[in-house]
Amino acid sequence: MTTEASSPAVLVEGLRKTYGAKVAVDDVSLAVEPGEIFGILGPNGAGKTTTVESIAGLRVGDAGRVRIHGLDPWTERDAVVRVLGIQLQESALQPKIAVREALELWTAFYDDPVPWQDLADQLGLTEHLDRRFGMLSGGQQQRLSIALALVGRPRVAILDELSTGLDPRARREVWQIVRNLRATGVTILLVTHSMEEAQQLCDRIAIIDRGRVRALGTPEELVRSGSAATITTFEVSAAPDLEALRALDGVVDARLEQGQVVVEGAEDVVLSVLGALAAQQVAPRRLRVVAGSLDTAYLDLTDDTSAKADAS
Amino acid sequence: MTQTLISRGTAAVFRTETRLFGRELGSLFWIVAFPVVLVCVLGFVPTFRDVDPDLGGLRVIDIYVPIGILLSMIMASIMAMPPVVFGYREAGVLRRLQTTPVRPLTLLGAQVVLHGAAVAASTVLLLVVGRLLFQTPLPQAPGWYALAYLLALLATFGLGAIVTAVAPNARVGTAIGMVVFFPSMFTAGVWFPVQGMGGLLQQIVELTPLGAASQALYQAMAGGVPDLAHLLVMVGWVIITFGVASRTFRWQ
Repeated sequence: MTTEASSPAVLVEGLRKTYGAKVAVDDVSLAVEPGEIFGILGPNGAGKTTTVESIAGLRVGDAGRVRIHGLDPWTERDAVVRVLGIQLQESALQPKIAVREALELWTAFYDDPVPWQDLADQLGLTEHLDRRFGMLSGGQQQRLSIALALVGRPRVAILDELSTGLDPRARREVWQIVRNLRATGVTILLVTHSMEEAQQLCDRIAIIDRGRVRALGTPEELVRSGSAATITTFEVSAAPDLEALRALDGVVDARLEQGQVVVEGAEDVVLSVLGALAAQQVAPRRLRVVAGSLDTAYLDLTDDTSAKADAS
Repeated sequence: MTQTLISRGTAAVFRTETRLFGRELGSLFWIVAFPVVLVCVLGFVPTFRDVDPDLGGLRVIDIYVPIGILLSMIMASIMAMPPVVFGYREAGVLRRLQTTPVRPLTLLGAQVVLHGAAVAASTVLLLVVGRLLFQTPLPQAPGWYALAYLLALLATFGLGAIVTAVAPNARVGTAIGMVVFFPSMFTAGVWFPVQGMGGLLQQIVELTPLGAASQALYQAMAGGVPDLAHLLVMVGWVIITFGVASRTFRWQ
């Protein structure tokens, strides 16, 4: 375990994976720093799961390379499984295995496991220990799956569709567990299509679409790069000239919404909006400028770039 | 974890799978209890307890002991085990284990050992119950009997392995299992002992894995050396079935 502090926890270079004529992953490169929560976002079929399965060694890429703390998951399986914990999407256990039995079984796989009682407690499984897997709700199965991914004290944890099937409260609890994990130095690779989850948890995000990384950065950077980086709202006594606002440089949309004017646009668009309002002799009240959501950035990036990429 | 002969993880998989197997009461009934019940029912038919000159001085009930043993093997390898493997594959249990220090092959190994152990339990029951209730003979040539038994076990598990390997999913797999199950029962002699078939039918049946197994077990039970042909037929089936299965089996 003597890797340099500067080397990435997870390194993916030029990964490509095809199934017959279908290109699942075209060309993906990314580097996840130790202790980071790194999000992989993208629409269904974008190549997210193939990417993480290649990282986990469940699939071998046609081209490129993957390193986890310097280890090659395609050839050094025995070493990689000891540093990696994975919660797979749609992966069930034996239907008649009890929660306690599953936790004990997984505990026996590792040399230095986390006490499973602690994990069961954190994940709210303590009162279900004697229930069989097939009798658990979807959310309980999900929480058990997360517990099993963490029981081996992994240095890198891959969580695929972490909060699918969880109710809002359980989701918040699971998010807190992920944050606590990072606090202990674990690197986390989070696959999700929940913008909220990505924005809440991730230090950096890669947006993958059609097998390629379309954007990579902090959530703030991605929001800023989107066409609707800021949302400006205000109230006015008389209806303003929305057409004039829409014509302003950097404005994407201006509309009336429940008595409020909502202007979406680039980062500093609020200044020109105020100028235009002054010209119209309209005084805005309750002026608010907030950062746009990741949703808009995501939609921009997954729609436009892929369409352009296909056209070229 | 590599110092000991069996790693802690492997031992834990065996322990857990043993517990889970204990919960499969249906499988346990068909493998362990049903063959014994069948032999007992047949044993209470008076004419089956009469010496039959066509069977070389044995009684019908005598030859049903090895047939019961084969029935137990068929139940274990073709009816009980493939659905477990389909389930593990489709639910992603095998894939899930692939990401841990324990290999999914360990899980399949545990299933084979457990189903084999259930067959062994059934065999002991059949020999003891047959002996106590109906004075059926114990194997007269134990060494040859053990060899024929082992080959028969491998051959039936080979058939189960083929079923598991070629099936694209559980539904088709169950159907293929049925297609293999009934001919296996027939060739093992469950409905009509191979030894009494005679003629061309018998010659054909002796080329099947269960037909050859039935003859070899019968001959060893009667105290003779099984025909080499029967043993070779089983060896051939073992090579073919495991060869094909290991090339076509999918882990996910």
